[in-house]
Amino acid sequence: MSKANLLDRRQVVSSLLADRKDAIVIGGLGASTYDIAAAGDNDRNLYLWGAMGGAVMMGLGLALAQPKLPVLVITGDGEMLMGMGSLATVGLQKPRNLSVIVLDNESYGETGGQLSHTGAAADLVGVARACGIADSRTLLTLCEIAAFAKGMGDILSGPRFANVKIDKANLDRVLSNRDGGFILNRLRGALGYQPI
Amino acid sequence: MHARSEASAEQAADWPEEILAILQRFDVRQVPYVPDAGHSQLIDRVLGSSTMRGIPLTTEEEGVALMLGAWAGGQRSALLMQSSGVGNCINMLSLTQVFRFPFLTLVTMRGEWGEFNPWQVPMGSSTQGVLELSGIRVLRATHPGEVKEVMEAAASQAYNALTPTALLLSQRLIGTKVFVK
Repeated sequence: MSKANLLDRRQVVSSLLADRKDAIVIGGLGASTYDIAAAGDNDRNLYLWGAMGGAVMMGLGLALAQPKLPVLVITGDGEMLMGMGSLATVGLQKPRNLSVIVLDNESYGETGGQLSHTGAAADLVGVARACGIADSRTLLTLCEIAAFAKGMGDILSGPRFANVKIDKANLDRVLSNRDGGFILNRLRGALGYQPI
Repeated sequence: MHARSEASAEQAADWPEEILAILQRFDVRQVPYVPDAGHSQLIDRVLGSSTMRGIPLTTEEEGVALMLGAWAGGQRSALLMQSSGVGNCINMLSLTQVFRFPFLTLVTMRGEWGEFNPWQVPMGSSTQGVLELSGIRVLRATHPGEVKEVMEAAASQAYNALTPTALLLSQRLIGTKVFVK
């Protein structure tokens, strides 16, 4: 069942965010949001508990509005599959400061581990590249994750897309804030915007 | 002649220009859209604008998510779509209640006024109800002379009061101005 040498999702995300500096981070619903919370709460985190399929588009709106800041979307294979068209929309707009990374365990871990399309058929890296995101790659090692983390700070050479095969372990949930108004206004405040 | 060509030559109407001027005055910067013949003049003007970015979508729900991101990053946006696209947005519209951000969509109506295509009728008939059940306030413009006033109200309540709002542009309005034979 489990393939050898698959990465641990919490290690991947903590490595991605260890030196994030001023990056804005969006977490797709489910385990990706828990992974980001586990790496440490941050004013510039946008956690999703729903809106499945929307994470990349939120990243695009943010990246276009804030072209001088790195924007990172961290999501799962199920969430990415539901919003696959958004890769074409990103490929058209080509925001230089946007990075998307998919934590791919080939299953819907939050709902009982049902298999997703990425295990047997769908190649998300191929999809992203075919949608016009030229810098699309598979990451296999923590060393490659660290290099990707460094690269996402480069706001002139995106958009970039990466898929990471992770193990299927269902880890204890680390719950982030889930009050949208709080999360949104905290993020806006960190960027210098006031509530209305 | 039964068919009405959606791409038929149209005379430039005043009301899309009035909508554009109001979007500019409210400093709208991102304009996601799925094309519709009724929006074609406005889309062309947005794509030619130096202050607004027109963003073509593969499906309308992408636009709702994009608008949240835009506002998180300090920019206002407005979503252009046809009535059938409202059905594609339903789950994503929950963002407007969870996050309370300025949401304005301009919806060109089909299936309600002398419609030729039966496939447009079911969604066109439920568009307003779907929006209202999703927590969106609905305003409507039916005649060219009222578009400016209704658009002004829609933009004001969406951007000033964070009241998620849809402005329905009636098929009677679109039809009288766009679908000329």
